[in-house]
Amino acid sequence: MALLDETGSTPVSSPERAQGRWTQWFGQIPAWGWLLAAFMLCLPLFASNFVIYQIFGWAMILGMIALSLMFLAGYGGMVSLVQMSVAACAGYMVAILGNSAATEISLGWPWWLNIPVAILIAMAFGTISGALAVRTEGIYTIMITLAIASAFFYFTRQNYVIFNGFSGFNSLEPPRLFGVDWRQAVPFYYLTLFWATLSYLAVWYVSRSPFGLALQGIRDNPRRMSALGFNITAHRIAAYTFAAFFAAIAGILLSWLNGQISPGTAGVGPVIDILIIAVVGGLKRPIGPFIGALVYVLLRTFALDVLVSLGLDGQRFQLLIGLGFLLIVFFSPDGLLGLWERWKSHMAKSESGLAPMHDGDA
Amino acid sequence: MIRFYERHPIWSLVILIAVIFLVWLVFSPWPPGFVDVFGRKKIFLNALFNGITLGGLYFLVASGFTLIFGLMRNVNLAHGSLYLLGGYIGYEIADWTGSWLLSFIIAFLAVAAVGVILQVVVFRRMEGEDLRQTLVTIGISIVIADLMLWIWGGDFYQILTPEWLSGPVMLPLVTAVKSSGETVYLKYPTVRLVILLGAVVIGVGMWLLLNRTRIGMLVRAGVDDRDMLSATGVRIQLVFVAVFAFGAGLAGLAGVVGGTFQSLAPGEDTRFLLASLVVVIVGGMGSIPGAALGAVIIGLAEQFGSVYMPTYSVVLTFLIMVLVLAFRPQGLLSMR
Repeated sequence: MALLDETGSTPVSSPERAQGRWTQWFGQIPAWGWLLAAFMLCLPLFASNFVIYQIFGWAMILGMIALSLMFLAGYGGMVSLVQMSVAACAGYMVAILGNSAATEISLGWPWWLNIPVAILIAMAFGTISGALAVRTEGIYTIMITLAIASAFFYFTRQNYVIFNGFSGFNSLEPPRLFGVDWRQAVPFYYLTLFWATLSYLAVWYVSRSPFGLALQGIRDNPRRMSALGFNITAHRIAAYTFAAFFAAIAGILLSWLNGQISPGTAGVGPVIDILIIAVVGGLKRPIGPFIGALVYVLLRTFALDVLVSLGLDGQRFQLLIGLGFLLIVFFSPDGLLGLWERWKSHMAKSESGLAPMHDGDA
Repeated sequence: MIRFYERHPIWSLVILIAVIFLVWLVFSPWPPGFVDVFGRKKIFLNALFNGITLGGLYFLVASGFTLIFGLMRNVNLAHGSLYLLGGYIGYEIADWTGSWLLSFIIAFLAVAAVGVILQVVVFRRMEGEDLRQTLVTIGISIVIADLMLWIWGGDFYQILTPEWLSGPVMLPLVTAVKSSGETVYLKYPTVRLVILLGAVVIGVGMWLLLNRTRIGMLVRAGVDDRDMLSATGVRIQLVFVAVFAFGAGLAGLAGVVGGTFQSLAPGEDTRFLLASLVVVIVGGMGSIPGAALGAVIIGLAEQFGSVYMPTYSVVLTFLIMVLVLAFRPQGLLSMR
């Protein structure tokens, strides 16, 4: 199996790398990329604050956390359920080291100290969980990371000295920088957009870097990669560290979005939700998790109204999400993106009359 | 046993001393200085017995999980939902007919039937696709959880213990000696002892079934090499369906047990799913003795944890899991 099979576009050819690097970079962005960028940048002009803050802001944050899962699962072959806990860990650290309503716990460090330290601690947590999880393979990884995630949940719920137990921390606010109140909808939207784009590009870049290629090689055939002299364990743990980085950023943004963080943020339900988001969007491309997150947030926000307007019981939206997830997993292992691609290849096939090269997965 | 002694003489000595100390702790009245350090003996004994009975319950849930995993490599994350479903069905039957024993049988059969449907409709279609199976079972558990919430609501249910089992039984274990010289014996709920006995009987029965019968031979052969087994002409799909039904039925049975000495409510499904995950990770995937050992360890850790370090009792079980993973990633009693 070719290494780049599942990453989308063509690899960068090395000779032109030195001079035309940036033009090549821009040249690689497809038309839909420009359209999407323009749409996202202009969105606050015509959308209401609710839409950009509660729908798109939330979706981008969840998308970043799901992206870190997608990176590990799609490129590394390790389905880690601990990413939501890593995010929550970063959110907790910002609350503990910075300012919150619980003044007897929060240390009140300035933002330029507490945010980097929070990210570092969350990355350390992600790395340690990864180091435990990579001792096992495949399906065991899911179980072990699920167990670690629930241990984190129970620990934060029981610990009152550091994590303030059941109630968690309230009134978390982003720092006022450059005279902008980042709590407002529009600045917060652009802040999230910036970090979401950055993490998307980072994953996109890393997946083509030597490290990312080695990781995909390890996913496809660990034994051969190990025979070639790659340190499998180190690569896998490094992947966890990298994925923890933007999960941590997303966690901080999430705690600012909600203004609070509590054990429920990383309960078993949300942990599974992140997996659902990533799978529904598709685990093969970094854009998948964002699509999944948008679908999830839209369902979460409007399913109740839709169900009620159809004359059904509004309480059953969890059933709707579960059934939708089941259908997608049942019929399309690659999520919504997989459905879209299959439809596209189907159209191409019927147009040309000739069967093109098939993807291989039916 | 002798081979273990020959290979690890020092460890055997340590284990022997620990066992003797434990027996002494259980059977003799404690000297006063001891009570100051460890608290009253009654609390210790209660935690011990609760831990072992809880371990029995965990064993019932986890053995089905580990059996299904061992044979088919299916990680059935809907196992907790099957547990809760069995509990609710058992409650309805016990409520309707008033027969506690009947509720076990019906719950076992009903949940086993659900297991058959799961195996035929879901798992057979996705053989060998680990991740997809896991994801589908997550979806199923969400759907079942919401359906159960729809039908039974968010209330707590408890299955009533029958007359002949309610009330405590006197055990010949001294908890304390009063100043008047009168000895006090431990009282313990009969139903819990009966359930523990039932779990032990089921465990031993399962071991005999697996190791002494033809069906057990097929299952063991399937665990080792299922392609080879089907090549010899065994209709392996039938074995799969039977094992899946049995494992699911055990979860349903455990639901009735759990509904009797604890309670049934939404959220119990994930709790027991996590418990069985931890149990099989500690004990070793796919191993029935491993599930028994893991269940007792986790049950004891939970109960002793809640007595001696109340805040972190849940964390203690995960700590055990992490330690096992760090030093013996394949589990304590795993073959591989």
